[in-house]
Amino acid sequence: MTAISKQEAAARPVEFKLNGQSVIGRPDETILQTAKRHGIEIPHLCYKEGMRPDGNCRACVVEVKGERVLAPACWRHGSDGMEVQTNSPRALVSQKMVLELLLADMPQEPHTLHSELDQWAGKLDIGLPRFAARAQPAADMSHPAIAVNLDACIQCTLCVRACREEQVNDVIGYAFRGGESKIVFDLDDDMGASSCVACGECVQACPTGALSHKVPALAGAAAGAPAQVAGKIAADRTVDSVCPYCGVGCQLTYHVKKEGKAERIVFVQGRDGPANHGRLCVKGRYGFDYVNHRQRLTKPLIRKPGVPKHKDFVVDPDRWHEAFREASWEEALDLAAGGLREIRDKYGRKALAGFGSAKGTNEEAYLFQKLVRTGFGSNNVDHCTRLCHASSVAALMEGVNSGAVSNQVSDVANAEVVFLIGANPTVNHPVAATWIKNAVKKGTRLIVADPRRTELARHATHVLQFNPDTDVALLNAMMCAIVEEGLVNEAFIAERTSGYEALRDNVKKFTPEAMAPICGIPAATIREVARLYATSKGSMILWGMGISQHVHGTDNARCLIALTLMTGQIGRPGTGLHPLRGQNNVQGASDSGLVPMFFPDYQRVDNPDARQRFEKLWGRELDAQPGLTVVEIMHAAKKGEIRGMYIMGENPAMSDPDLDHARDALAALDHLVVQDIFLTETAYLADVVLPATAWPEKDGTVTNTDRMVQLGRKAIEPPGEAREDLMLIQEIARRMGLDWNYTHPREVFKEMRQCMDSIAGITWERLERDSSVTYPCEKEGDPGEPVVFKTNFPTATGRARFVPADLISADEQPDKDYPMVLITGRQLEHWHTGAITRRASVLDTLEPEPVASLHPLELERLGVKPGGVLTVQSRRGAISLYARADEGTPAGAIFVPFCFYEAAANKLTNPVLDPVGKIPEFKYCAVRVTRGGKAPQQSSFGGGQAQRPREIA
Amino acid sequence: MKAGETECAEPKYVDFAAYRRGGGYQLIADCLAGKRSRDEITKIMEDSALRGLGGAGFPVGRKWRSVAAEPEPRVMAVNIDEGEVGTFKDRWYLERDPHRFLEGMLVAAWAAGVGEIYIYLRDEYAGCRAVLERELAKLQKARPCALPPIHLRRGAGAYICGEESAMIESIEGKRGMPRLRPPFVAQVGLFGYPTLEHNMETVFWVREIVGKGAGWFTSYGRNGRKGLRSFSVSGRVQRPGVHLAPAGITVRDLIDEYCGGMLPGHTLYGYLPGGASGGILPAAMDNLPLDFDTLNAHGCFIGSAAVIVLSDRDKAGSAARSMVKFFSEESCGQCTPCRVGTIKALDLMAEKKWDQPLLRELSQAMADASICGLGQAAPNPLLSVIKFFPQEIS
Repeated sequence: MTAISKQEAAARPVEFKLNGQSVIGRPDETILQTAKRHGIEIPHLCYKEGMRPDGNCRACVVEVKGERVLAPACWRHGSDGMEVQTNSPRALVSQKMVLELLLADMPQEPHTLHSELDQWAGKLDIGLPRFAARAQPAADMSHPAIAVNLDACIQCTLCVRACREEQVNDVIGYAFRGGESKIVFDLDDDMGASSCVACGECVQACPTGALSHKVPALAGAAAGAPAQVAGKIAADRTVDSVCPYCGVGCQLTYHVKKEGKAERIVFVQGRDGPANHGRLCVKGRYGFDYVNHRQRLTKPLIRKPGVPKHKDFVVDPDRWHEAFREASWEEALDLAAGGLREIRDKYGRKALAGFGSAKGTNEEAYLFQKLVRTGFGSNNVDHCTRLCHASSVAALMEGVNSGAVSNQVSDVANAEVVFLIGANPTVNHPVAATWIKNAVKKGTRLIVADPRRTELARHATHVLQFNPDTDVALLNAMMCAIVEEGLVNEAFIAERTSGYEALRDNVKKFTPEAMAPICGIPAATIREVARLYATSKGSMILWGMGISQHVHGTDNARCLIALTLMTGQIGRPGTGLHPLRGQNNVQGASDSGLVPMFFPDYQRVDNPDARQRFEKLWGRELDAQPGLTVVEIMHAAKKGEIRGMYIMGENPAMSDPDLDHARDALAALDHLVVQDIFLTETAYLADVVLPATAWPEKDGTVTNTDRMVQLGRKAIEPPGEAREDLMLIQEIARRMGLDWNYTHPREVFKEMRQCMDSIAGITWERLERDSSVTYPCEKEGDPGEPVVFKTNFPTATGRARFVPADLISADEQPDKDYPMVLITGRQLEHWHTGAITRRASVLDTLEPEPVASLHPLELERLGVKPGGVLTVQSRRGAISLYARADEGTPAGAIFVPFCFYEAAANKLTNPVLDPVGKIPEFKYCAVRVTRGGKAPQQSSFGGGQAQRPREIA
Repeated sequence: MKAGETECAEPKYVDFAAYRRGGGYQLIADCLAGKRSRDEITKIMEDSALRGLGGAGFPVGRKWRSVAAEPEPRVMAVNIDEGEVGTFKDRWYLERDPHRFLEGMLVAAWAAGVGEIYIYLRDEYAGCRAVLERELAKLQKARPCALPPIHLRRGAGAYICGEESAMIESIEGKRGMPRLRPPFVAQVGLFGYPTLEHNMETVFWVREIVGKGAGWFTSYGRNGRKGLRSFSVSGRVQRPGVHLAPAGITVRDLIDEYCGGMLPGHTLYGYLPGGASGGILPAAMDNLPLDFDTLNAHGCFIGSAAVIVLSDRDKAGSAARSMVKFFSEESCGQCTPCRVGTIKALDLMAEKKWDQPLLRELSQAMADASICGLGQAAPNPLLSVIKFFPQEIS
């Protein structure tokens, strides 16, 4: 007999006896799994599919012939010749005793209708427990989203594993010994006072309802009505969909229940989608009740005559009637489209512009840009991609002629090194961050480069807290080290790239030693990281808006691309480039042509072939000149060149830089149509407001950061007279002279496939079946390609292009008057401009007030205590908000999230643009910070109002 | 010791210089110099039939061979978390001849091809720690032979950390909870490496057995058993303490020959042959040979050879209750049969009349379904009472 290695032995299927029957077990399979495949049920509580088995509850013990004690089936693997009895009298004594022991300690009143303990006890016919119950611990209701009832805890530690091993938040622990053993949050703190980030993974894992989702009483319910727990609500139906927040694209299931006349989403569970495998974050899990908020727009609104538009307003959506009156749909749509038509006919087609939304569906994005291009007659269409990754996309198009990621986030599992720069995924892409943390736990080395020391730094092998604005210096120095030390991949450069010599000659000027004082990272560290990146078997780069939102954002991204090309770290699993896309559909909206320079699928508007293709498909003559971008449109509006706009689901009056200017520009428009679900700051400046649908109220596809096209399904009806966005675009289009007759998103998607080669193979039926298909998928039946550029780049020559970058400083440097740097960004709990999340009760409760983060030493210097008010002033405006101490914020800098209308960070930001990507410099401007100021005041939402019961008028 | 004193009295012991004078560290030096082969030394251990003295009794030679057969790197973990109720032999030897232990440890490490050693010491043994720290420093300074890195780690007062895999978890900085087996620690142990884990006393004997030969060790023994055992005797005897006696000695002989007999006025009522978990035997069974495997038929075992002697003034039921209470407090809390089972058992044992069928059923599940020896053996005392002292509980 030839000796076989242990590895080979482990890979062979095994044959063993299960209850007398011969079975073949897969080598990666436990006895429990093999048994399940063969229709044999074994009770189990501490085991959950997809999580590491722990074998602690012992409900699944089975008898293995010849062994002294019983073995846990959830943990033990079968082996050749083994004889296993799952239901022998001996095994049953223990299985039943375990259930009885646990049952004895359960509360009188269960916290869930779905207790797995009760289910197994029923199946095994366990009667009334013969043991006395334990003294029960008190409930912990301190957290706004999660009820902790440890009287139902069976100490199975699924929550511990969910928290520490799946999400890697390290909040839940198992403390004390013996009968005192208990689940604790941090150092046995109340959950609400702990460092819990409310991802809810623990609740999803809990088999007995000891941890449950709180379901807030519906607004308008009797004041003080206690929150119910999700487990005790029998949902009427479930709807599979995808999360409406970030670009990760987590799949989820809405649990819907009829309450009174309407149906409501009562809670959400993570679903096993390819991007999330059941995981969610606080927004996806608890941020859905905005759809029920009383301020939802339910009727079309028309601006009252004589109500002036100006930049200095405070929106109080409860007092909408001061500026608007309700109107019928006919009146509103006629007025909306009529105004646009008049401007087009009077001032020409370039006097109109449209902002679509990265929060909408692909079908909406497609139809919106089609409306602008064929109905308005120009390419003046853009959306918030301009504000997030425009520069990344510009550099990627230039370098590899593809604006999407080369490798999916979960591919970090295959990477030896992950280089994360200018991104804070635990906050902005929380579930993506969990894959990174999981990879690190398995040995992947993580390099985090960011001026702010963020949560992932805790998991990193190298933390490069470089000086703000010095990305190119750092990256060029890394490339210089790679060149100097002979670590370039000559073969890759020769076979698959062009322009290397120019890049090489350029980076040689930027030695790590020369760059160290500029970027603040020691030369030796730069070299070490460069070596690590260049020499690993697989290095993957992920980046965020810390890279893109600079005047040199395109240069930053060019450097990252060059780094991958010179080392050949692309085109294989565990390598490549991944700009973490922000919005749930920013990838799809861009793909669908919601940008001024490209038709769908990145076909240039100034390319005659592309134009011909679309003119043929759409039956209209198209403008050959690229349109204006977001900030350019604002400038043009201010100058009177743009006179009318249609804005769908965007809030430039909060999201654009230099808000006073942006609001001035919007106020200057002759005619503004805003389609949204709330009366946003932008809607407040509108002439006509069209009430639209929230994400769970419509069907459609979205494309996540991983190039997965995923199906969102309608779960509930829109409130009042609100109508689906797609139909509203069509109503406007018809009134602009277009003969459209779409009746369902699937018809739009079918048309998109005709002009977008990358998704041509994706059928609506397949989306309905699989919920998710990765593109490129050019022919029906193609599996879709998670890793691209494997053999060539989609450029004319098949080669990728190096583009060198020199040092360019931020437009506005700190000086005597404005000595600090303002960095803007987002918070875990709040999305973008806060219109949605500040109306989601849990999210608003968790982060109710506007805060600015500063290093504690800076706070001390300013004489401001955490929680105290400070004022931040730039050359463009000033805001006052509360101080928060954060050791991760570098000295000399202040971080402010831009979601708080009462202290809008974008009043301060600098509207200067990256010359290529046209993205504003949100990550850097000069400010002065002083102690004190007027405490921020909320109007009728935010500040924790969402969870306070309130009567509907 | 007087009130107010906080330092542990310094034991008198054979220090490094004295140990060296007695030929100490010559054996390991010879081993390292190639004068003795691994096979030869391992063979001596096999011939001596020396077994692990922490309680499980795994044959030492076989353990060395099985660890040596695993891929490098391999590590060693020495268990001096002496926590079994009534056991104090490790302390006894450590306080008297620490280098004999250290040299045995080094020989074992060499024989199994171990590159790094962790010693896990019960933290209540402050005096032992002082001795070990001082003597290890001397050894490392003098370096009579090449030494692998040796780490001395302090326990934190958990009984469960005397369980070999819980101890490994603790050394790794985790909550001390036993691991599920397989894999066994010899394959996947400390930091995931193949691990040679030994009780302190086990390696204490290595030098003497090698020096005097396997035959010397096996020349001892009674009632058909072979070797020597260090009994920690406590309870109602004249001279409690550590008594080195032939394996297979009966409790009666142990009391009479080594412990000076029962305390005046006391007559033997029963005894715990192996600490808290080895069960309780009645006086009528005072003629059983005390050794590994000899008590299994009675639901008992000798374990770490901690013999607790009960007299006519004691109750077996009350002893059993304190043992089960001890287990319920020291259960790591990981698995249901042990965590919940010990508490429910204690509830039932508080009754004047025990619910014997339920206790038996519960005991069976605890013994069959608990993860580690603690839970598996926890019902032994109560089962012994049901079996041998029924008059107390019905």
